[in-house]
Amino acid sequence: MNVAKLPQGMLQSAELDGRDKALVAAIQTGLPLCPHPYAEIGRRIGMEEAEVIQRLQRLLDDEFIKRMGVVVRHHELGYRANAMVVWDVPDSQVAELGRCLGQFDFITLCYQRPRRLPQWRYNLFCMIHGRDRDEVIGCVDLVIEQCALQDIAHEVLFSRRRFKQRGARY
Amino acid sequence: MDKLDKKIINRLQKGFPISDSPYAEVAEQLGCDEATLIQRLQSLLQEKQLTRFGPMYHAERMGGAFSLVAMKIAAEDFERVSEQVNGFAEVAHNYQREHEFNMWFVLATESKQRIDEVNAEIEQLTGYAVYNMPKLEEFYIGLELQVS
Repeated sequence: MNVAKLPQGMLQSAELDGRDKALVAAIQTGLPLCPHPYAEIGRRIGMEEAEVIQRLQRLLDDEFIKRMGVVVRHHELGYRANAMVVWDVPDSQVAELGRCLGQFDFITLCYQRPRRLPQWRYNLFCMIHGRDRDEVIGCVDLVIEQCALQDIAHEVLFSRRRFKQRGARY
Repeated sequence: MDKLDKKIINRLQKGFPISDSPYAEVAEQLGCDEATLIQRLQSLLQEKQLTRFGPMYHAERMGGAFSLVAMKIAAEDFERVSEQVNGFAEVAHNYQREHEFNMWFVLATESKQRIDEVNAEIEQLTGYAVYNMPKLEEFYIGLELQVS
């Protein structure tokens, strides 16, 4: 899972040394908005700019950091409908169909998860964001056609309320 | 939000350089100057159109554990149970969805074992079963939406 904020106590990978951890802690609230942000981070934790750049590049290359950049607020950008769409896919086809679903721009997450039979039969989950419900339904129809999912049982779970989006805890 | 704001958001969802003058680099690609880019980003963050600007972590690589958990709550108990569930610090976010399984939340903890412990505590406190559905495989991790 990709997260913008790391829960308390989570930063414990043995592959990170003390200086990596200090750097992760220094950037997790965001990058400084100034012409030389990595020099500024270095200044805060007593590290040269070159070392900050070299360590961050390593963290990216080894996928501790998936990417640098912005995190958007879907709702404020006009994406007011979100649905979790779940599919009951034969286990032998999950990888193929997962990759097919994952190629669409409007699908922001696509995961295989365990079934919980008999109550829950679905094993492939994706998130679709749209401006309204009709747009989301249109997206579902499109992927059914494009990925040949006509015979695969699915359900669309629209969100009604978001209760909680946790702030930072360090 | 004007055209330049949208270009900035679309560009910065794809990544940000790690170099000595990263804003200048991106500004040049967008056809604006460095100071404008910095000022626009500042405004977008202040107006909360962006939640943040910085790293996205691969949480499992960092040493943590996550799971998606579903519950089926009777309508008359929904408020009580949602308050109880949201009271756990390990519950990262929680959505009510239109389905018999009407509560869906993400647990974020420092270990796999702690996921199981929190789920057991939630069952005991609420009197409802939890259905733990951790990720088995990931097929896309884009989280990118075009602004137009």
